Amino acid sequence: MTMAPEYGGTSRPEVGGTTSPEKLLAPVLSAFWDDPKSWTLETYERHEGYRGLRKALAMAPDDLIAYVKDSGLRGRGGAGFPTGMKWQFIPQGDGKPHYLVVNADESEPGTCKDIPLLFANPHSLIEGMVIACYAIRSNHAFIYLRGEVVPVLRRLHEAVREAYAAGYLGKNVLGSGLDLELTVHAGAGAYICGEETALLDSLEGRRGQPRLRPPFPAVAGLYACPTVVNNVESIASVPAILNRGKDWFKSMGSEKSPGFTLYSLSGHVSGPGQYEAPLGITLRQLLDMSGGMRPGHRLKFWTPGGSSTPILTDEHLDVPLDYEGVAGAGSMLGTKALQCFDETTCVVRAVTRWTEFYAHESCGKCTPCREGTYWLVQLLRDIEAGRGLMSDLDKLNDIADNINGKSFCALGDGAASPIFSSLQYFRDEYEQHITGRGCPLDPAKTTAWADKHVEVSA
Amino acid sequence: MTIQPAQPAQPKQEVQLGMPQLPAPDYPADVRTRLEADAKEVISRYPDSRSALLPLLHLVQSEEGFVSRTGMRFCAEVLELTTAEVTAVATFYSMYRRKPSGEYQVGVCTNTLCAVMGGDVIFEDLKEHLGVGNNETTEDGKVTLEHIECNAACDFAPVVMVNWEFFDNQTPGSARQLVDDLRAGRPVEPTRGATLCSFKETSRILAGFPDERPGAVEATGGGGPASLIGLRLAKGEPIPARVVSPRGGRQDGPHDGASDAQRSASRHLSSHDAPQQTSDSDPSHSAGPVTEEGEG
Repeated sequence: MTMAPEYGGTSRPEVGGTTSPEKLLAPVLSAFWDDPKSWTLETYERHEGYRGLRKALAMAPDDLIAYVKDSGLRGRGGAGFPTGMKWQFIPQGDGKPHYLVVNADESEPGTCKDIPLLFANPHSLIEGMVIACYAIRSNHAFIYLRGEVVPVLRRLHEAVREAYAAGYLGKNVLGSGLDLELTVHAGAGAYICGEETALLDSLEGRRGQPRLRPPFPAVAGLYACPTVVNNVESIASVPAILNRGKDWFKSMGSEKSPGFTLYSLSGHVSGPGQYEAPLGITLRQLLDMSGGMRPGHRLKFWTPGGSSTPILTDEHLDVPLDYEGVAGAGSMLGTKALQCFDETTCVVRAVTRWTEFYAHESCGKCTPCREGTYWLVQLLRDIEAGRGLMSDLDKLNDIADNINGKSFCALGDGAASPIFSSLQYFRDEYEQHITGRGCPLDPAKTTAWADKHVEVSA
Repeated sequence: MTIQPAQPAQPKQEVQLGMPQLPAPDYPADVRTRLEADAKEVISRYPDSRSALLPLLHLVQSEEGFVSRTGMRFCAEVLELTTAEVTAVATFYSMYRRKPSGEYQVGVCTNTLCAVMGGDVIFEDLKEHLGVGNNETTEDGKVTLEHIECNAACDFAPVVMVNWEFFDNQTPGSARQLVDDLRAGRPVEPTRGATLCSFKETSRILAGFPDERPGAVEATGGGGPASLIGLRLAKGEPIPARVVSPRGGRQDGPHDGASDAQRSASRHLSSHDAPQQTSDSDPSHSAGPVTEEGEG
């Protein structure tokens, strides 16, 4: 797969042969997003919606859990934990209520898959939730949706209403004996609530602060009861697995990373958007089929899965984008948010802004993260403004090292990732800011309209 | 978690010691009766009443346009919490406003990707155009400008949110037109989402009361253009032209008025959002015990 040209100059490499998008892509969740009323129950049922649920309800709950486990489905929210195993951890016969909480707090910088999915196809999530609740014996499920996406909230309200009216929710779902309430809960603006234990605290009406684990949510989650917390895309993928079979699912991707997933291409690319493909596709293949980087520019750095995953460079265009492949390249698959930046972008500016984000969003519970992100911002601003010292670079590394792995949750680790990785690949650019007393690049050239501006004034 | 902007110099607050602040006034009886009925419905959705706190804060925000001390008192009373417990939660989340604000909240994404794609320029340009700073409201009370964090629409960058509806692929020109339309009362349609309603009405939807307006749910159709690009390629359809001017027709060129902002953006560093001065170093932002409850 190295036949494609380098990502310099040419913007539209030949598409054909093994780079044919028809062969490389696999729209499942996104298969009918172009339907004019894609979000409705009627459209969903027309595309085999709620058939997976009927198959699931014909199985014993434990067999259903085993089936999802056997499919190899792994969490799509970042960590890649096997979904079926999460369900299996729920103790059965304990006499306590069990809860399913779907994490729809999509806020990781660069990540933009769950929001378009819920906007265009909310019933895939609802069907997956009914299946999951039947499996884990839950009678009350929640969707924790970030509050800042009202168009999605509207469609979830409507989809839940439709599902109740059609008997997919409520008393005795499809005659199975399952009673299920589903509550749509809008958050109020806090990145940290995407962390599962902070999300649970928030859903209990508290400040969103992570909990120390153990106990894990499977044992003591919402209201201290056994709780499964899954990402939107993970749960939404379950109905198709049931409907078309686990072997179909495993025919895509690799042995350890089977199935399809949504890749979100953004930044200085010709074709930003959602690409649903088997796990293991490469960034080069995605760029090849979508027109490459914007005309006349080269890929400089990119994130494989949001700002918390260490950045990669044009050396990594052929890394298979699955859990093992990206880990092997020293990063993480994360949320498959492929933010691509070209050579006009200052890496110090990018990392400074991400670090400001982490400082802003740190909940303040753990000292290393709360204090560390504050001092990282101070140092980075000085460096960006040309007031830095060479010794600041080691200090950045040192502070990041004192945050990484030393806080309750992964927000701290996420804050350290861009620091470590940018210093690894672009230390010389940091040094240029220090020796040159400022940024060597022109931020006006990074904008979406920058090149058009040149053409206009030429 | 919203960081408050620097405010104009105020006379230094008088230091009062000893007397705690009196409780906030209650809502008028009719308002309270109406909100209590709504609150009851919200609480019934949860196994534990305290889970209703976030939606109830959205609900009181839908009443006054911000979370007032009266609103927090109401939440505390219906949930049998203390006002301190409610204040602790209300001040944690960035969507709860702490002071009266505009009818339209215009949020410009300035997280890295949108910033680089033009969000920084748009934000600087709007500040200049509206004559307000971050988290400040225009004199006519129409528009509150703020910069926001990543809103999960990076494939539509740069993104502007108005009352949490999506305005995708913005330019300085389109964003100026947008705020001008809002201030002039002209109808404004998002690229994804429903015809704009007021911030108060938006807050009511966030409290969990579905938008009853005809056509609101189906507005702007299925997936947005960027959401469909992979699907189109998989179907063998040609890649559609990239949408750059979503508000076509009334859209000026993408560059009008941008040059000043672009020049200033050349000098603009990542300085508008980060840890701020502490109260110790900033007498005008005293955070001592005499500060208004919930303010700071």
